[in-house]
Amino acid sequence: MVETIFDVIVAVCLIGGALMSLAAAIGLLRFPDLMSRMHAATKPQVLGLWLFLAAIAAEMRSWVLLPVLVAAWIFQLLTTPVSAHMVGRAGYRTKHLRKELLCIDELDEVVERAAKEQDPDETTAGASPEGDTRND
Amino acid sequence: MKKHASFAQELPLIVWLVLVWGSLWRDFSGSNLLFGALIAIVVTRLFYLPPVELSGRFNILYAIAFGARFFGKVVAASVDVFWLAVTRGPHIRNAVVAVQLRSSSDFIVTATGHTLTLIPGSLVVDVDRSTSTLYLHCLNVETTHDADAIRREARLTEAQIIRVLGSREELDRLRQENA
Amino acid sequence: MTVVTIIVSVILALAAAGAIFRIVRGPSLLDRVLAIDVLLAIFGGALAADMAINGNLDNLVLLVAISIVGFIGSITVSRFVTDRRLTNG
Repeated sequence: MVETIFDVIVAVCLIGGALMSLAAAIGLLRFPDLMSRMHAATKPQVLGLWLFLAAIAAEMRSWVLLPVLVAAWIFQLLTTPVSAHMVGRAGYRTKHLRKELLCIDELDEVVERAAKEQDPDETTAGASPEGDTRND
Repeated sequence: MKKHASFAQELPLIVWLVLVWGSLWRDFSGSNLLFGALIAIVVTRLFYLPPVELSGRFNILYAIAFGARFFGKVVAASVDVFWLAVTRGPHIRNAVVAVQLRSSSDFIVTATGHTLTLIPGSLVVDVDRSTSTLYLHCLNVETTHDADAIRREARLTEAQIIRVLGSREELDRLRQENA
Repeated sequence: MTVVTIIVSVILALAAAGAIFRIVRGPSLLDRVLAIDVLLAIFGGALAADMAINGNLDNLVLLVAISIVGFIGSITVSRFVTDRRLTNG
């Protein structure tokens, strides 16, 4: 009886984790620009890894195993936002962003101003041709 | 020679490293942990990093509440992204919103940014350290009303983190604000 | 358990196919890096599923290693990415 319950937990966790991977892939395919795809790439993976680790824990049922699974998850929690931030920052600064998809952009003028202070020549060449995209 | 951190400042890092060592070997016996501590001390001496300035305060009750809310938000975030990917897909509208945080501590700002990246709808694009302003990229935001909701959410998250491990002064300021 | 194995394999294969499609299509370098990150996470998930189904712990260290160092690649690339659209006009 107990065996069956644990088997069901393992099965549910595995299918849930696989679905989270699928969510990331669907997001990668369907979202229109880099930044939206980043949301899809980071968030479901965190829950997905948790579900897979929970499946391993439910299958093994050993207390010494638990800390290493928790450590794996904590490391992912610590590292995923770092890479998302670095890719997002690089994407924003190199204009991978599609401005027409943004309704509010409060970073735009800050970056423009910072770029102007650093290198006046480059900013005039790189000023976005669409002009100001705020419409709020 | 750079200024070295005090032993009390390094202690949380060493304890964390020893715990990771024990969990990787799946062996929490005394001798293994002792060896792990030895390695942790050698590693923190050889690869010296600037110390993380902790406030020295930790409230376990608020930490549990924060952890439970955080896990709920992670689940909600994943389901939310899945749903948006399937239903909205290419027609999604986003925004970059500036959020001014209360705290000037690097540690609190970093923790808040990490948490915000993992909970629904927001992702840290840029940080202004001098004014502790986070610039968040938000999924599925169409009106200024939605943006205000994101701002409230971000400041609430920061308040919770301050309650868990912010310094006394920040906690007092938070209480005055709410009073 | 066999049914679960098949379902999980099919879902993971579809997810990996989606990520690979994004790697091939691009359009930019950062999109590809992001998709490679997702593909790595899917591999990690497949390793974990294999361990849970077959009841061994052979790949546990590999899984921990992926979750620790998996982010370094995308950080390295995003440090050195340049704006090509600027020079193109």
